[in-house]
Amino acid sequence: MARFIIKRLINMIPLIIGITFLSFLVMSLVPGNFLSNLQMNPSISPEVIKQMEAQFGLDQPLLVRYGRWLWAVLHLNLGISLSYRVSVVSLIGSRALNTIILALSSMIFAWAIAIPIGIVVAVRQNSIWDRALSFLAFFGMSVPNFFFAFLLMYLALRTGWFPVGGTFSVDYANLDPLSKIADRINHLILPVIVLGTAGMASLMRLMRSQILEIKNSDFVRTARAKGLSERVVIYKHVLRNALNPFVTMAGYALADLLGGAALVEAVMNLQGLGLLLLDAVRSLDVYLVMGSVLTGAVLLLAGNLLADIALVAVDPRVDFSSLES
Amino acid sequence: MIARGMPFDAAASAADATGAQRWRAGLAREWHRASWPVRVSAGCLLIFYLFAAASPFFAPYDPIIQYRGLPDCPPMSLRLSPPAQWGSGFFYTYPVKMFDPVARRYENLNAHRNYIHLFHYGHLFTTAAGDAPYFMLGSDGLGRDLFSRIVYGARVSMSVGLIGVIISFSLGIMVGAFSGYIGGSIDNLIMRWSEIEMSLPSFYFLLALAAVIPAGLSAVETFIMIVAIMSFISWAGFARVIRGMAASVRSRPYVEAAAALGGSRRRILVRHIIPSVMGYAIVAATLSIPGFILGESALSLLGLGIQEPASSWGNLLAQAQDVQVLAHYPWILIPGVFIFLAVMSFNFLGDHLRDRLDPGNVG
Repeated sequence: MARFIIKRLINMIPLIIGITFLSFLVMSLVPGNFLSNLQMNPSISPEVIKQMEAQFGLDQPLLVRYGRWLWAVLHLNLGISLSYRVSVVSLIGSRALNTIILALSSMIFAWAIAIPIGIVVAVRQNSIWDRALSFLAFFGMSVPNFFFAFLLMYLALRTGWFPVGGTFSVDYANLDPLSKIADRINHLILPVIVLGTAGMASLMRLMRSQILEIKNSDFVRTARAKGLSERVVIYKHVLRNALNPFVTMAGYALADLLGGAALVEAVMNLQGLGLLLLDAVRSLDVYLVMGSVLTGAVLLLAGNLLADIALVAVDPRVDFSSLES
Repeated sequence: MIARGMPFDAAASAADATGAQRWRAGLAREWHRASWPVRVSAGCLLIFYLFAAASPFFAPYDPIIQYRGLPDCPPMSLRLSPPAQWGSGFFYTYPVKMFDPVARRYENLNAHRNYIHLFHYGHLFTTAAGDAPYFMLGSDGLGRDLFSRIVYGARVSMSVGLIGVIISFSLGIMVGAFSGYIGGSIDNLIMRWSEIEMSLPSFYFLLALAAVIPAGLSAVETFIMIVAIMSFISWAGFARVIRGMAASVRSRPYVEAAAALGGSRRRILVRHIIPSVMGYAIVAATLSIPGFILGESALSLLGLGIQEPASSWGNLLAQAQDVQVLAHYPWILIPGVFIFLAVMSFNFLGDHLRDRLDPGNVG
């Protein structure tokens, strides 16, 4: 197992270098830099601009800048945010936590609902429930996240049941710890519903097709022939086998959620990684963009690796040597 | 080879005299087979593409004309004229007047009737030039007709999927089929590159790339940039699947036979490998169109895509980000319904095509 993990980690190195270099290249293609706005300002002399350019290394050629950045990253230093003037690590740290909380709770929400429904629907194949829910799933799959977010925000505005966007209330700092947690949860409900329902439909469809496939396999027929009750057949034999692909999916679903969360964060004004990146992109804050892209990529790759490890733990038919090929 | 059973086969025989008839018969047969959601989807898409193709006809007003006296006007209800009045128009609305300029609230002026003219002035429906406008879906903060803006927005929103898919899939098919058939170190190199592209946190990268679009570009140029960016992000995943299929087709007897008969590499690629993966490609293409539509909408929504005064369904929604606007003028969410319908239609259609073309038989 250690060998497998080390090998995968080594494989990640060229991937991460490729991703970050590509991002760096892209950011360097942007006309102007974050100093362009300052240059317009007549009260700032050209000398100051020159000085700042040298200070942030903006006058160096692309490869030198990238090399310096990479060298700093190796020392766990993601540089300084040009517009916030604080270290990128500290900015990303708090924001990434918010995003991870949002993504994880959405995932739990989606799975807790979609999997039982998928099971029920598959067990009663072609019933009215099956058809209605399958149709509904298709319907739900097609509602754009941002549109659903707007609809829920409108509902919140009309009814006052939920806070409309934001990560916490205005008076958050004055609350006692317990109310602080309650406040955060209250603000999480709507975004979690948006992100959760987005993944629910495809999860339900996958669960349904998995169960239907396994229900017709030989070992299930054997189990039935032994005279086991339908309950035991479904829960002990069918279900346990049907859950395997979900373990792999969990890693990818998390990665997907991180991307999806970015848009919902922007629409609902949640202080997460996505909103941070959006602001950074708008203000051409190169190191902040690079840091966010790097964090996103690392989270994504880590999710996939964890998914593979979990798969080996769950499925005795899969071992690390088969994953390496 | 599944290409044989494809309805698209009819195109090959379009040259002979009965070609058009066979096409029509084939279409009728397909329509007959389809379930009602698929038919509704096909209908929706047809309407949206008609919007895009003939926007000036379907839009009752110029999408950038601002009716200064009527900002944030709610949708107006349509009334049926009494039969005696049918000479003036079958339908009419009451003109409105703003009685509260701060909250932007309107009242109907019941004394006057605004008749809707069908097929007049080169529009499907519109009001006479001197009359007040009829806002079927309301107006935006600058007093522009939302429905007209939606019709013109269909040009961007409906074509971004088609063009994006054409670019990314032709790239994916060419690279994937080539890579899978050639094999060796070139294959290896191309696949490593595609792995990098696939490990990119795509939405983050999309945002970063959108920053490259210079501010001064025209709407058309911005549109081209957005399509290019999204195609660049999405071709890799597709190339990998095609590559896998091409690699497995390569060792099939009929491909080996073609090689033994002296077929050149190029001929084998074009005549055997690519057609054999076409069924899958068409299904996957249809199912990936929503991604492009949503991508463009998201970028435009965040202000990184199509800019005002040009409209796309995404940037029409951008106003809803203002909570005050959302609370008081909820009809500005209507463009989202159009995005939803388009995405759902492509999903249903793609699912239907998957059943019909059965790509499970390939590879």
